[in-house]
Amino acid sequence: MLVLSRKPQEKILISDDIEITIVEVKGEQVKIGITAPASVKVFREEVYQAIQNENKAALVKDKKFILPDLNLTVKK
Amino acid sequence: MEIKTKTMGLVNINDEQIVNLVDGFYGFENFHKFALMDSEKEPFFWFQSLEDENLAFIIIDPFLFRPDYELDIDDNLLKPIEAEAPTDILVFALVTIPPSGGAITANLQGPLIINKKNKKGMQAIMNDGKWNTKHDIIAEMNKAKSNAAKDLNGRA
Repeated sequence: MLVLSRKPQEKILISDDIEITIVEVKGEQVKIGITAPASVKVFREEVYQAIQNENKAALVKDKKFILPDLNLTVKK
Repeated sequence: MEIKTKTMGLVNINDEQIVNLVDGFYGFENFHKFALMDSEKEPFFWFQSLEDENLAFIIIDPFLFRPDYELDIDDNLLKPIEAEAPTDILVFALVTIPPSGGAITANLQGPLIINKKNKKGMQAIMNDGKWNTKHDIIAEMNKAKSNAAKDLNGRA
């Protein structure tokens, strides 16, 4: 892993279209600004993991799976 | 066309039901073609992979139990599916039904968004922290109902 030291307001460039700015450092928290093209997805790592895990949990495993009754009437 | 499904055997669908998930679901990035199908029980729908019959999800309209659900949608978010206006899109939440019982939950943090016009879809990730991956559908539905009742009483 490449490790760089930066001060607040200093930037890191990745390729020619991604710019990362250290916005603020306060105690244990660092605020980071990211400028990137729309095609680059930016996530908090734990959020990304949570979505991936939930997708795996949501996958229907059993061929004989029966949908439950929600007793929810749907207006059409 | 006839497709193989996880739980319903062979099912006939038409082309309009086919959704192209541009990046797949997170954790299932290699699967792109799905069929959106009515299920045997409302208000659920099936989202069945056409590339692997074993890959099937249950989805639901999140607004049914969270009338206050909102997506912070900007143009960038809609770019991969080429949607021009919020009215072009359909929003669904993936449902988790634990095999051992327990609450039936919906993932409101990673909704499935489909462009009605070109049938391109994607899983969005909400970064605002208001929505998580496990919303108890029945509990939140009851809460929404009691809030609606309170509103009515307040007006009377």
